[in-house]
Order: sequence, then structure tokens, then C-alpha cells
Amino acid sequence: MRKEFSSWIENFGRKESRFIFLTGDLGFGALENVQAALQERFVNMGVCEQNMISVAAGLAQRGLIPLCYSIAPFAVFRPYEQIRVDVALHRMNVKIVGNGGGYGYGIMGATHHALEDIAVLSVLQHFACFIPLCNSDVDGACEALFRYVGPSYLRLGFGIWPDDAGELEGFKPIRKLAASRMPRPKATIVGLGPVLLNLIPWILEGGETDVFAVSQMPLVDLSDDLLVSLRASGLLWVIEEHTARGGLGEHLAARMAQEGVPFRLYHTHALGYPDGLYGSQSYHQTRSGLDRVSLQQTFRRLSS
Amino acid sequence: MAGAGHIGSSLSCLEILVDLCFDRMEKDDVLVLSKGHAAAALYTTLSLSDRLPETDLSTFYKDGTVLSAHPPCSGAIRAIPFGTGSLGHGLGLACGIAFSCRFTGKSFKVFAVLSDGDCNEGSTWEAVLFASQQKLSALTVVVDLNSVQGIGYTKNILNLEPIVDKWTSFGFAVAVAEDGNDFGSLSRAHETVKNSATPRCIIARTVKGHGISFMENRVEWHYLPMQDEHYAQALSELADAGLD
Repeated sequence: MRKEFSSWIENFGRKESRFIFLTGDLGFGALENVQAALQERFVNMGVCEQNMISVAAGLAQRGLIPLCYSIAPFAVFRPYEQIRVDVALHRMNVKIVGNGGGYGYGIMGATHHALEDIAVLSVLQHFACFIPLCNSDVDGACEALFRYVGPSYLRLGFGIWPDDAGELEGFKPIRKLAASRMPRPKATIVGLGPVLLNLIPWILEGGETDVFAVSQMPLVDLSDDLLVSLRASGLLWVIEEHTARGGLGEHLAARMAQEGVPFRLYHTHALGYPDGLYGSQSYHQTRSGLDRVSLQQTFRRLSS
Repeated sequence: MAGAGHIGSSLSCLEILVDLCFDRMEKDDVLVLSKGHAAAALYTTLSLSDRLPETDLSTFYKDGTVLSAHPPCSGAIRAIPFGTGSLGHGLGLACGIAFSCRFTGKSFKVFAVLSDGDCNEGSTWEAVLFASQQKLSALTVVVDLNSVQGIGYTKNILNLEPIVDKWTSFGFAVAVAEDGNDFGSLSRAHETVKNSATPRCIIARTVKGHGISFMENRVEWHYLPMQDEHYAQALSELADAGLD
């Protein structure tokens, strides 16, 4: 998604003179076009994530529109208090962009993964997190990010919407990707981010479930389609490359309970590092049951 | 003081704030109090310099007040651009405000008042590096160096000396107010560096609890609220000094 992101940002920055791009000394091979377009409005802050956030808050206080870029864990966890106090509590219009959400940085190891980013940011006051489903979703996600005037986060990853999966509806907080062809869906599947693509296209071909993608957290208004689906299926299967605590599953379960919908929750989520071993993103997905084969097995088990 | 704590920290920086608000700051200039625990001194100074029309000082520390024990994050007070209270934030925020001039074309000065504890924080030194790299000439830092921290003396916790060398080596124009509770000393220090093209730092050597005999240089007065007898004695001492 970095390529799509940098292309969108370059165009946005050319049009919006108040836009300031700050990077924590990351973006080699990905942001050169942004730097060339923005010139002095592209600022390498050095490996000083705390100061990057505070400076961004100061810029926003004077009416500018700063964006802070780093890889997801460095953008979120290192400067978390600055995000909470300087940005969220003051409701500053600061954009934080983290590349490599989830296990995106694979073999780079646990320090480079972001499995808890949505949890810690979505609890902050006034905060909105935007999570594109796939590469072609990034333009819409960026538009939503900048349409939201306030503290906000964009979680970038990687994923390609398959050509044979039909046309993908434009970016929305909640989208229905697939509708069951049965009178009563076997499950209501709701997922966050590119890991959901491990269901596509096989889950569509089966026609036995409704599938929804959530792309904004905390959850905004629930779609009627989602409520109808869950009332019919009674089984909510949440899939996310994020820890169980504070992720989509807990948020969604709480909201559905508030709506009075009776359901059973099955949650497939990032398990961390259960055996202390490391590998690629797909290796970690497999260890967490988030890969294509594991999801197919889980679906067969749940629907039998 | 309505049972308020941090009185010693407020008294150490009171002259610094009065000097800034009455003698140095113009209408569009900005003040960031990084040592937010000295909010009592900030509110008082802002009020006396007609920068606090939004609220009533008598509500300080009371339920439902805008004037919390540390400056508010609500944006309700125009003269307080950022709420503070967790140390190590103020200089980065001041840097951001000063840096904005480069993109907006506006011209104003930014003052940040820091404490000993602020100088313990790594984020402060990140901001010092940035201010120097970007040559933020609009920025003036005043370090209220009262040499006492939360539960001990600075030299015994994380010794900041030689603090002048530290700030100088980072690229700041540094001047020392040897008596940071004296307006003349503060003024001379500001004058020494006022035309610098680099960011400036005034090291103000102050006294915690300045002006009240039983508070001066006493660690416990970082936190303690005054009881009625303390308050009466403090007023008496101020009266004796002709400051009531």
C-alpha cells in the first residue's frame, strides 16, 4: 500500500499548501516522490518519534495539517503519551501513518510488528483509525483520513483484491463484501484489513455466508445489513491480524450485545509469538490460524 | 491557595513568568509552560497581565473549574495553547509552534519554561536537537533550575551539570541568570542572547519556594499544600518584605 499511499499524498500535498509531511527517518525507496513534490514541507525529524508527534501537534495548533509517518510500531507505541496528551486530548488534527500493520514486517521480528495498534489508539478520545482492505482501497482511505478533522491513524499493509472477485465497493467504515445465497447464512464474517483477503474468493464461491469488512475503528454506525445478517446467522466470526484484546472482535461483540442481538462469537486473531519463533508474515498468519488453509478448516468446522 | 500543591515549584518560576508576560511578550507571542505543575504561577501571571479573561482565579482547584491543577488541555484558555503536566512535552510543542512560522509566514516569538525534571526527559533532548537543526530563532527556552525535583535534589538524582555546556553543545545560545528570582538578572540574561540567530536558552538559577523561609530549598514543598498556619506565616513574611 506504500506506493498507493505515496502517490495519493504527493497529489494531495501539491494541492494543499497547509500539508506538512514528517517522517521518523523512514520511507527509503517509497517517499522520494513526496519529498520532491513537497520540498521544505517534507521534514525528516530523525529517529525522534516523541518529538515528531509533539512538533506535529504544535503545527496543527497553528492551523497546519501535519502527517507523521513511520513503521506502525514506532509511530504508535514509542510516542504513545505524546499521541494521548498532545494530540488526542487537545483534539489536534494530526494524521499518524503506520506502515506494516499486523505482522507486515515479517522476519524483521516482534519489535517491527504492530498487533496492538488499533487497541491502544481506538481508546483515545476523538481518535479515528482507518484500515484499508487492499491496495486499491488506499485512495479512499486517505480521503477518509483527511476528511476526518481530528486525531487519526492510517494502518497500511499489503493486499490485492482479486480480479475474479468482482468489483470492490469504494472505501466505507463497514462494507458488505459478500452476501449469502442461502435464506439463512451459516455465519456472519467480519474482518479487519488485508488478512480478510485470505477468504477471497473461495468464501464468495460457496455462497453460504455474509462477509463484511470493517475499515474504521472505533466502530461508527453499524450497518443494518450487519445486524440483519447476525440476527439470521447467530454466529459472528471475527477475523483480524491484531490481538484479541481491544481489537475488532471485542468492539463488535460489545456493540452487538448493546443492540440486543443474540449470537455466538468465534474470534480468529493474532496470537503473538506462541512458540517464540519468527518468520514471514504468512508464517505468523499460519501460526495464528489466519492463513487461507486454516480459515477454510475453521469455516468447515463452524458450519458443520 | 485553596489546599493546592506544588507551591514551591510555582514560587521558583514566578519571576520568570512575570518577566516574560510583562517585559518580553508581545500580543502574538506564545508561552508554553512545560512544567505544568507550576500552573498556579501561570494562572496568576496570565491574569495579572490581562491574558486570562475567560475565567475567575477563585475557581482554581475547585470542582467544575477550567483551572485544573495542571494547565488544561481543553483549549478553553487562549493564552494556554497546550495543557501540560507530564514533563518533557512542552519543548517539543513549542518547537512545533515556532516551526509553523516557516510555512505560514507569520512572525512571533515562542517561550518555553522548563524545570529540572523536564531536563530529565529524553523527549526534551529530542526537541533540543530539532530546534538546533532547524535553527528555530523564534524560540527561547527558560530553564527554571531550582535544583529540587519530586523527591530529592537534582544533583543526587540525575545531575544536570554542567548544564550550560550541555545546552551550548546542542547549538543553543545560552545565558545564565545567576539569580533567576531577580528581574534584573533575568533581563540581563535575555538581553545577552536576544539577537542570536539560533534558539536561545536562559538558565535561571532559582530557589524552590522562593520568598517563604520554611519552603526555600525544601524538597517536601514540591508537593505539600499549605495548611492555614503555613498560609498565615507566608503572608506575614511577604508583608515583612513589603510584598503583600
